Amino acid sequence: MAVPARVRLPLLRPLIEQLATIIFGLVVGALLMLPFGFSPLRAYRSLLAGAFGTIPDLLETLAFATPLMLTALPFSVGVRGGLFNIGAEGQMYLGAIGATMVAGLLPLPAGVHLAAATAAAMLFGAAWALVPALLKIWRGVHEVISTIMFNWMAFWLSTYLAVNFLGEPGRAERTVPALLTARYPVFTEDSTLTAAIFVAVALCVVVYFYLWGTRAGYEIRLAGENPEAARYAGVHAGKAILITFLIGGMAAGLAGASQIIGRPPAWSLYATLGNVVTLGFDGIGVALVGRNHPVGGVLAAILFGALAHGGRLMEYEAGVLSEMVRAINGLIVITLAAPEIWKLVRRRSAR
Amino acid sequence: MTPTLRHLLAYLLGAGLIAGFVYALSVLGLNPISLLEAGLLAMTPLALAAVGECLNEKAGVVNIGLEGILLITAVVGVWMAELPGFGGGMGILGGAVAGGLLGFGLGAISVYGKADQIIAGIGLNVFALGFVPFLFISLWATPGIRVFPAELMVPRILTPFGQFSPITLLAIVLAVLAHLLLHRTVLGFRIQAVGEKPEAADVAGVRVDRLRLLTSTLGGALCGAGGAFLPLGWFGGVVKEISAGRGFIALACVVFAGLEPLLALGAAFLFGFADGLASAVAVTPGVKERVPFYFVNMLPYATTLVVVALVIGRRRFPSTVGRPYARE
Repeated sequence: MAVPARVRLPLLRPLIEQLATIIFGLVVGALLMLPFGFSPLRAYRSLLAGAFGTIPDLLETLAFATPLMLTALPFSVGVRGGLFNIGAEGQMYLGAIGATMVAGLLPLPAGVHLAAATAAAMLFGAAWALVPALLKIWRGVHEVISTIMFNWMAFWLSTYLAVNFLGEPGRAERTVPALLTARYPVFTEDSTLTAAIFVAVALCVVVYFYLWGTRAGYEIRLAGENPEAARYAGVHAGKAILITFLIGGMAAGLAGASQIIGRPPAWSLYATLGNVVTLGFDGIGVALVGRNHPVGGVLAAILFGALAHGGRLMEYEAGVLSEMVRAINGLIVITLAAPEIWKLVRRRSAR
Repeated sequence: MTPTLRHLLAYLLGAGLIAGFVYALSVLGLNPISLLEAGLLAMTPLALAAVGECLNEKAGVVNIGLEGILLITAVVGVWMAELPGFGGGMGILGGAVAGGLLGFGLGAISVYGKADQIIAGIGLNVFALGFVPFLFISLWATPGIRVFPAELMVPRILTPFGQFSPITLLAIVLAVLAHLLLHRTVLGFRIQAVGEKPEAADVAGVRVDRLRLLTSTLGGALCGAGGAFLPLGWFGGVVKEISAGRGFIALACVVFAGLEPLLALGAAFLFGFADGLASAVAVTPGVKERVPFYFVNMLPYATTLVVVALVIGRRRFPSTVGRPYARE
């Protein structure tokens, strides 16, 4: 299946196209608000003010962007390798569980503890991605179906573990909080941004260098763009599938960790998984707006982080539920799926 | 192993699993009749969505957005049913109309926008994930749960073997009709031609674009009826996660069935049984205490994965499925 994965100079046109798509999503979102008596102008004004109005708001936008740049990776790396990995959601739950286990229950010396909790989360995420990868390699099970089934199993497994083994005594609604030695340092009092964002950006950059700077990365991209040529060149198809899924699982696991050991004030997982749910699905839109490029994903994540944080003020001031932002995300994905729309627009304007 | 043998094995294994479960649960104190009732209820939305998607994929269009359609139409169905003088039947119809519109939209984007159908479908799912909570607040001013009066439910048919929904019967009839349409009518042959060799169909004077638009609208409408069935024929209320992966399980039915509506009905029964079992266990006193519901809830997804992993790879799909057609 053809995948829109062109990243070429000049960069200006893609930038304009991506921005136009986002504006299109916002316009359709506005049309959906109208029948319910909301004022889209007021909604979007408070959205903008909420996202960028003050310095703490700006930092909060970055805090919202942190998990999103990571949950974009499973999808974007997958697409580069020719796969639709939409299992970020479940892999992220397991990452959150892994982080909670090590950070909350395992007393370790400072420094080591934080690294261990982070590593555990990435390991758990990768482990959860392994089975769909193997099902794809061995049995040809389509990854869209298997990753969704795994998302739902991850949900029930994670709530089971959170409630029965990780619960904080006397507080049924959440797990044990991360010990002080396993928390990413917080930047300021008035935002929830932590140093976890550095780890997130670093992983995105590492994945970029891996895909574009190494032989294995080249093989993955070749397998994605031209499976025939890849086979002819002796690229092992199964290996490419395995590596893309494992990278994605690690990134999603880290995203889960970022919400447990890198996000005040809870420092724990809610029993309903309320502080992580849907972050994985949000990553798909982030990946596509970032043109399935790890670094593009960082920029797109900041944009979606702004929508997510600004959405809270929109809900407060204009009464439009902040989930509307997710609907707009979906509209943007649908628009990005149809590149022909741009050709039609260009043909019209050329006349 | 030959494909047929592998099939037979998969069916036998599935049947064996079910028999084992029924035995285990009757030991625990679950009534087989109530299990059958629950299984048929759970089969219905899966069958409706899967049969529609069979037609759609035969014509060469994939709809990954079934999950989103189920979710949106569940809300639309309840909203319609609650309108004065309407009720459950009209709610199902409203769900079908809304689903048809969504299917038409996705079809138009696929056919005329030459979209990547998987990405467009994922987009529809993400959209539904955000739009449905917005609808809850905007329509009913409640965050994510709506229970409606019991008289708005589609009435069940009482038989000596338990009570069943007329919509279940409708789903079975539609599966048979879809089978006949595909294999006994000119329109059905055209649908298959459009999926298999759009160039040839085009040259023969078949409008590829219109036919694909028709099947994706039809597929969306059937899925929408299934979505409205979830609250109006089964649960008696709607929550913002009501679809719970059923759109993807329906896709798994389609894959399992190799796009044959009757096989898809069988698969829907198999997966629906696992789903119905989960709901039956979750509410039966004496059983729900002994089996952790977390694991019971995984059952439909695990069953789907195991069965699909067993039969897949032996199915042949139309050569153009998922790819847009452009006239040279």
